[in-house]
Amino acid sequence: MSLVNIDNVHKYYGDNHVLKGVDLKIKAGEVISIIGRSGSGKSTLLRCINGLESYDKGGITVDQMEVTSDEEQIRKLSKSVGMVFQSFNLFPHLTVSQNITLAPKLVRKVSAEEADTLALQVLEKVGLKDKASSYPQELSGGQQQRVAIARSLAMQPKVLLCDEITSALDPELVGDVLNVLEELAAEGMTLVLVTHEMNFARDVGDRVIFMHQGKIWESGDAKEVFAAPKTPELQKFIDAVL
Amino acid sequence: MNEFTNWDIFQALILAARWTVVLSLIAFLGGASVGLLLTFLQISSRTALVRIARFYVELFQGTPLLMQLFLVFFGLSLLGIDVSPWTAAALALTLFSSAFLSEIWRGCIESLPKGQWEASRCLGLSYFEIMRHIILPQALKVAVAPTVGFSVQIVKGTALASIIGFVELTKAGTMLNNATFEPFKVFGMVALIYFLLCYPLSVASRHLERKLNVTG
Ligand SMILES: Nc1ncnc2c1ncn2[C@@H]1O[C@H](COP(=O)(O)OP(=O)(O)O)[C@@H](O)[C@H]1O
Ligand SMILES: [Mg+2]
Repeated sequence: MSLVNIDNVHKYYGDNHVLKGVDLKIKAGEVISIIGRSGSGKSTLLRCINGLESYDKGGITVDQMEVTSDEEQIRKLSKSVGMVFQSFNLFPHLTVSQNITLAPKLVRKVSAEEADTLALQVLEKVGLKDKASSYPQELSGGQQQRVAIARSLAMQPKVLLCDEITSALDPELVGDVLNVLEELAAEGMTLVLVTHEMNFARDVGDRVIFMHQGKIWESGDAKEVFAAPKTPELQKFIDAVL
Repeated sequence: MNEFTNWDIFQALILAARWTVVLSLIAFLGGASVGLLLTFLQISSRTALVRIARFYVELFQGTPLLMQLFLVFFGLSLLGIDVSPWTAAALALTLFSSAFLSEIWRGCIESLPKGQWEASRCLGLSYFEIMRHIILPQALKVAVAPTVGFSVQIVKGTALASIIGFVELTKAGTMLNNATFEPFKVFGMVALIYFLLCYPLSVASRHLERKLNVTG
C-alpha cells in the first residue's frame, strides 16, 4: 500500500474549482516534484495532504490514516507528515532549539532531555549544530529554512511536504537547502516538493507531476518527462522556465 | 477674601486625585478582564460569539463615554437599581475600556503572520497550545505599548465621572473654583496634575514600543 493515497480529490474556493479530480499515489521513499504555473493548484494539493486545507470530494489517506481537517486528526497526522513553507514560519520568540523541541515535547510527549538530544541530531543533519541557541532573526534565510526543515524532521515524519522552500532565498543560499533535501532523499525520506528548481526536480526527483488548471496534466519519470513532454502545455511550461 | 492659599488648593486637588487614580486602576483592571474575554470571543471560530463580541465593541466604541456614563447612572436608576456615582463610573469606564482594549489586542493577535498558525498546526499543536506557546507570547510583546498608551485615555476619561457627582480631580477642581473664583489657577493646577499622571505613561509607552521592537 502506498504511503500517500490521493483519490479523485476536488477542492473549491467558493466558485473557484481549484482541484479537479486529482489522483496520486506516493510510495515510501519516493521523491516527487510538483511543477506547474502559478495558480495551477500545487500549494492547495500539498496543503490538502496534511489537512491544512479541507477538500470537497474524494479521499486522501497518509500512512493509512484518513486526512481530515479536524484538529485531533491533524495532530495525529503531524507525526507522519511534515511541512516546510516558502516563508520558513519559524517562531521568532523562541531559540532554534526551542523551535525544534516544542512540538516533540507537546505532541509526541518526548522528555525535555530527549528533545534536546533530538534537536542536536536534526540540527547536525542540516549542518547547523552550532546555532542551537540562536534566535531565527540572527540567521540567514538559508539557515532559517534549514532550521525549519530540522524542526519538521524532529517530529520524525514519514513524508515531508515542501512548498517552494527555496523561492524566497537569495540565489547563493539555495544550494545549501537543496543539498539538505538531496541528503534526505538519499536516506530514503519520502519527499513531495513543489519547486521551480527544474534541474533539481530532474536530477534528484524520481517522478515529476505537472499540474495545470487543477489537474495532474502529465506525470512520469523525472528524466523522461523533461526530455520528452507529451503535452503542448508542459512543453510550453518547460520552454518558459528553462 | 481669599482664605485658600495656593498650597491649600494644591493639597486638596492632590487628595482628590487619589480617586482619579483609584478609578483609573479599577477601570483598567475591569476593562482588561472583560477585554481579554472579548478578545478571545472575537478571534474564536464560532460566528455567533464573534458577532456578539463585535456588536459590544462597536457599541462602546461608537458612542461617547459620557452617554455610557449617563445610561449606566440614570438608566439603572430607572430600572429601580440604585447605583452610586462610584459604581456607575467604575462600571461605565470598565465597559468603555474593555471595548477599546479588546480591539487593540485583537489587532495585535491578528497582526501576527498566518504562517505562525499554519506551521504550528502542521506540527500538531492544539488550539490552546498554539495560543499559549506561539501566539500570546508574541502578541503580548506587540500589545504592551498600545495598552499602556490607552491607559492615558482611561485616566483622562475619568474626568467625565465628575458630571454625575463623583468627586475626583476634575470635580474637586470645580468645587474649589466655586469657592475661590480663580478658575485659571485652579484648573491650571488640575491640568498639571493630569499631566503628571499621564505623561509618565506616554513616555513608558513610547519607551516600551522601542525596546520591544528591537528584540523582535
Ligand atoms: N485561501 C484561498 N482562498 C481563496 N482562493 C485561494 C486560496 N488559496 C488559493 N486560492 C486559489 O486557488 C488557486 C490555486 O492556488 P494555489 O494552490 O496556491 O496555486 P499554486 O500553488 O500552484 O500557485 C488559485 O486560483 C488561487 O487564487
Ligand atoms: Mg503555491
